[in-house]
Amino acid sequence: MKKLMLGNEAFARGLYEGGCKVASSYPGTPSTEVTEEVAKYDEIYSEWAPNEKVALEVALGASIAGARAFCGMKHVGLNVAADPLYTAGYTGVNGGLVICVADDPGMHSSQNEQDSRHHAIASKVLMLEPSDSDEVKEFVKQGFELSEKFDTPVIVRMTTRVAHSQSAVELCERQGDELKAYEKNAAKYVTLPANARKLHVTVEERLEKAAQYGNDCPFNKVEINEGAQFGVITSGIAYQYSREALGDKASYLKLGLVNPLPVDIIRDFAEKYETVYVIEELDDIIETHCRKNGIKVIGKEIFSKIGELSQTIIAEKILGKTPEFDTFSEPVPVRPPVMCAGCPHRGLFYCLSKLKVTVTGDIGCYTLGAAAPLSAMDTTICMGASISALHGFNKARGEESERKSVAVIGDSTFMHSGMTGLVNIAYNDSNSTVIILDNSITGMTGHQQNPTTGKNLKGDPAYAVNLEALCHALGINRVRVVDPYNMKECEEAIKEELAADEASVIISRRPCALLKYVQHKPALKVNEDKCVGCKMCLKIGCPALSVHNGKAVIDATQCVGCGICTDMCKLGAIGE
Amino acid sequence: METKSIMIVGVGGQGSLLASRLIGNVLLSQGFDVKVSEVHGMSQRGGSVVTYVKYGDKVYSPVIEKGEADIIISFEALEAARWVSYLKKGGHIVTSTQQLDPMPVIQGVMQYPEDVIGKMKAQGIDVLSCDALSLALSVGNAKASNVVLMGLVSTKMGFEDKYWQQALESCVPPKFLELNKKAFELGKNA
Ligand SMILES: Cc1ncc(C[n+]2csc(CCOP(=O)(O)OP(=O)(O)O)c2C)c(N)n1
Repeated sequence: MKKLMLGNEAFARGLYEGGCKVASSYPGTPSTEVTEEVAKYDEIYSEWAPNEKVALEVALGASIAGARAFCGMKHVGLNVAADPLYTAGYTGVNGGLVICVADDPGMHSSQNEQDSRHHAIASKVLMLEPSDSDEVKEFVKQGFELSEKFDTPVIVRMTTRVAHSQSAVELCERQGDELKAYEKNAAKYVTLPANARKLHVTVEERLEKAAQYGNDCPFNKVEINEGAQFGVITSGIAYQYSREALGDKASYLKLGLVNPLPVDIIRDFAEKYETVYVIEELDDIIETHCRKNGIKVIGKEIFSKIGELSQTIIAEKILGKTPEFDTFSEPVPVRPPVMCAGCPHRGLFYCLSKLKVTVTGDIGCYTLGAAAPLSAMDTTICMGASISALHGFNKARGEESERKSVAVIGDSTFMHSGMTGLVNIAYNDSNSTVIILDNSITGMTGHQQNPTTGKNLKGDPAYAVNLEALCHALGINRVRVVDPYNMKECEEAIKEELAADEASVIISRRPCALLKYVQHKPALKVNEDKCVGCKMCLKIGCPALSVHNGKAVIDATQCVGCGICTDMCKLGAIGE
Repeated sequence: METKSIMIVGVGGQGSLLASRLIGNVLLSQGFDVKVSEVHGMSQRGGSVVTYVKYGDKVYSPVIEKGEADIIISFEALEAARWVSYLKKGGHIVTSTQQLDPMPVIQGVMQYPEDVIGKMKAQGIDVLSCDALSLALSVGNAKASNVVLMGLVSTKMGFEDKYWQQALESCVPPKFLELNKKAFELGKNA
């Protein structure tokens, strides 16, 4: 039976068919749906962990216990999980361990464009790279076999276009889900230096063997076209782009096992053609490997390391073809993402922008508070950095800075990696003010549960962390809760906590307006007799509000009656 | 058959997911190789969103590039204009006349161009349009405007009506089926 499946859905299907028993992940675009789809299979225990490091350790523990296990994350998540990953390369596995890492070339929704193949190389584990949904499923299934055969975690590298494209997938039965025996084996799992020294030898031997295996394995395929004028070495989505752009004009070596890279199969292929191109997205990893082995190829001297590739770029660089098209006769205004109508972050960010404080920001829907007209954010680095960077900022600039700077961080991000920064503020004593934007959900990545929401991945009731008690326990005495729909209360709280002589936490609490259980009020109305068209209400950047012909207009299909604009209007022109 | 390309564009939250599922369903029923691609995440929040649908004997790249789309389906007039460069020469635009101001327009930094549809036609582009939102409201649900547009686009795609009806039956929950069938009919005759 064939079914149209999203790459991420096919990943989950591969885990199911491959006999996966335990899955632990942290959400992150474009990887999130893998674990959401896994949750639909009752045969697999699945969970959202508070962060990627925890998730990978859970999966490794399950693997050591004898189960086939999975852990999923986006590219930057692997930085967080790098610590267990690099040593998991040494311990190896018992049950197969497959890790999904989703890269985001083009940065559709990411803060950087790192290429996770570097992590596979540095941690010396195997990496597979599929190019469409059917391959995703097959690679994941075979990934478990490979993991057990070579005694190593196997990373399956996804990219946005593979993760978020649907194509036909052939469904099969589930197999291989028996729990393997667990035997205590300190020489393998206790990485004391004496053991680790021996394990490192094993790791290098394994890489050798896997590179040999790559010369003749189902993941690496040669596709010779009669009369081809040149050769192309490629992998993942870049294969699909190449195939579309170049068709039968080229022969292809498509690499599915991208770490370690084989030598012989590449050399044999390259020798057949005068000209050989390496077409890979982001960094020059295959290309560097070729050069290191004395294989002459053309790569990043014509292709960029920045952004996505496409059939157009390839046709242009290799065939000299340029696309033909018309453009619209006038400038088209950009349409950037914005905080939704009724977003609880809006009121708080208006207060921050009004008070002109320095804001060390973090990653989540609230990062949109950096955009005009709110423009209330000075930094966004990585998850958790808001709190720790504020402490550093204040240590550098002293008391004056402590009185006019805050950190903002979401509930999921706080649980992910904000807590340790807060302990640091208490322990190393800076008079910093931290605002936790608790919208009771992981919003940015599309509504995942987290340890503060009272539900687990499957939507069943779960223990809910009490943020107030947690902040107290981490060493903060001044902890207060405000409602971000009440801007007066927010503004007073921020002013008071900035003035206080010790560190404080303000929890801005109201659930995301898009959550199904949230009751909306009727759309607000503008009293045209009172409205003078002053545009004061536009300062909150609500997408449901605009001014036409000198009067404010509310789009009733978007407005949820949050009332922030009512408070903005000094003339009382906006109401129920 | 050579690969055909359809783009579905609009503003995050306008329901392009159902639209692409309907089209994907119809294309599968015709035995085509199909790829449907969309970017999730950040750009969903009121930003410009795009879905690619490609079909033929064998589809490789899931992405549609400038000058490649046979049809662009747009839920909002300005979004149609934004993606004009993606249209193949001789391709069709099927758009709703609905207008949603983007933030730079709301903030008064930029202007929403006047008579977008008229200007596209003046450029020699084949544009088919209808007021999908009003038609959807007339059957009782603003959310059905995506299905109204599907009705309109079905007139350009050349597949028998019964396949669209089957697609509706398998993609729409039973309690909304009648409403959506009406919406589809209105679009087809718009
Ligand atoms: C290390 C890492 N993992 C995952 C992500 C993806 N990601 C971006 S924001 C975010 C969480 C946002 O949730 P929350 O902090 O609750 O804020 P909200 O979006 O709900 O406002 C996640 C998981 C990331 N950027 N970095």
